[in-house]
Amino acid sequence: MNFTAVAAIYKFEMARTFRSIFQSVVSPVVSTSLYFVVFGAAIGSRIETVEGIDYGAFIVPGLMMLQMLMQSVTNAALGIYFPKFTGTIYEVQSAPVSVIEIVLGYVGAAATKAMMIGLIILGTAALFVDLQIAHPLAMIAFMILTCISFALFGFIIGIWAGNFEQLNLIPMLVITPLVFLGGAFYSISMLPETWQTIALFNPVVYLVSGFRWSFFSMSDVSVGVSLLAIGLFLVICLGVITWIFKTGWKLRS
Amino acid sequence: MAPIISIKGLEKTYDNGFQALKGVDLDIEEGEVIALLGPNGAGKSTLLNCLVGIANKTAGTVTVGGHDITRDFRKAREMIGLVPQEMSVEVFEKVINTVKFSRGLFGKPQDDARIERILKDLTLWDKKDNRIRELSGGMKRRVMIAKALSHEPRVLFLDEPTAGVDVELRKEMWEVMSELKKSGVTIILTTHYIEEAEAMADRVGVISKGELLLVEETDTLMKSLGKKVLEIELDSPATEVPPALAEKGVELSPSGKLVYTYDTAAEQTGITDILADIRSAGLRLADLSTKQSSLEDIFVDLVTQQKSEEEDAA
Repeated sequence: MNFTAVAAIYKFEMARTFRSIFQSVVSPVVSTSLYFVVFGAAIGSRIETVEGIDYGAFIVPGLMMLQMLMQSVTNAALGIYFPKFTGTIYEVQSAPVSVIEIVLGYVGAAATKAMMIGLIILGTAALFVDLQIAHPLAMIAFMILTCISFALFGFIIGIWAGNFEQLNLIPMLVITPLVFLGGAFYSISMLPETWQTIALFNPVVYLVSGFRWSFFSMSDVSVGVSLLAIGLFLVICLGVITWIFKTGWKLRS
Repeated sequence: MAPIISIKGLEKTYDNGFQALKGVDLDIEEGEVIALLGPNGAGKSTLLNCLVGIANKTAGTVTVGGHDITRDFRKAREMIGLVPQEMSVEVFEKVINTVKFSRGLFGKPQDDARIERILKDLTLWDKKDNRIRELSGGMKRRVMIAKALSHEPRVLFLDEPTAGVDVELRKEMWEVMSELKKSGVTIILTTHYIEEAEAMADRVGVISKGELLLVEETDTLMKSLGKKVLEIELDSPATEVPPALAEKGVELSPSGKLVYTYDTAAEQTGITDILADIRSAGLRLADLSTKQSSLEDIFVDLVTQQKSEEEDAA
């Protein structure tokens, strides 16, 4: 195992993040604040509570999830796509590193950034609403699992993408709708019955539900099922990545 | 001494069926500079890419420092530094960070003193904190070389280091290569500039259509395959070639000189006879000169030969 290489990739990727630290931090803080103004103040004044929880607090886990999913996918995707675009990928390809080391470096850095942003949003949210976290350790565990799984997913997109449009396609067209329809801003139980069934096919439902449980000890689906769903997604992504490197798909001729 | 790189029966067929390498055999000794010469699309870059793992070889075995490039890829790749043909740099990064990254990527512990020396040798030290996009083209090329050298490779692959660069920059690159050669690094250079191979390489390999047509010491190659041209200047410009000379293949140049092309490898060059014929034709010599044909002519000969052989086969 070439840990020096993992550290080199990780440090290099983190440096890229800190180079644009202003955009990295300010943009999620601004958008979170906007969500609070729109959902919290405008809609919240009519909904007030969801299953006994203040609506403003209720949407915090969903907001964190939304940003963390977007961030881990886009960062990991860009992290591996950019060297492909500029041609500097040759160095990673010709280095004495295996798949595991490359993935650890890139995915680790993207997941770290997404985690940091999740925590910043949590901090911002604490300024607006009264927050209680019932299971802090579970919350951290959910964050880590989610960020890693979706950074892996982003990594696959980055390898697959042939241009910048494709790079943005999945986050825009898939992640955003799934999160909005995944109960980030409402409880699944508030939907008509048919839609509740349909919603269960949305993987993000399990993420948000499990994550919300770590805050309020209440969830749409059981925590075990949530964990299972994330775990499954993680395993699928790992499988795809192993296949990519074995065959050299889009990476080696 | 065992060769530092040993290539046996290397074949590469791309997914689209194009066979870029058709069984290449080549041994490279430590410390030598070998130039792989060939037209565009001959398979030069493919050969290098197969050696470092950017392309997967279809068949054959390659060892670097005794390590098989597939089975023992870590040890093999640690010994190689690659400078690709395309200008590929992390434009937003600082010079020093990108070089340090390369060293780490190859698993070598941080060594600031060594990085400093590499950057100083390549006259990049003053620019170490500049973002790469601020550098000139020549500087960027140097950064790529610095990256390739950062992990102290024993073999350096330079893939067309002077393709598409201006004369000034080419000279600059040649100086850098000469310095590297002095430091004892084994260099494999691909190029389609013959003068570059002639100036830089100890040995020259000629590649065309995925086949290594020959590998020879640069000097020997020039001698053994070289043709020489004898130019005879008469006291008054000739208007026609005397029949006896014309029979032997002497031609008339536009400036009125007699020109005779001969093979240095032949048993008899025929020069003595020609000089005797000139004398008996009553012509007086003003001057004589001979000119060695360049590697370029040799190369063109080889490639045309390959073509005509193919045509014969077809």
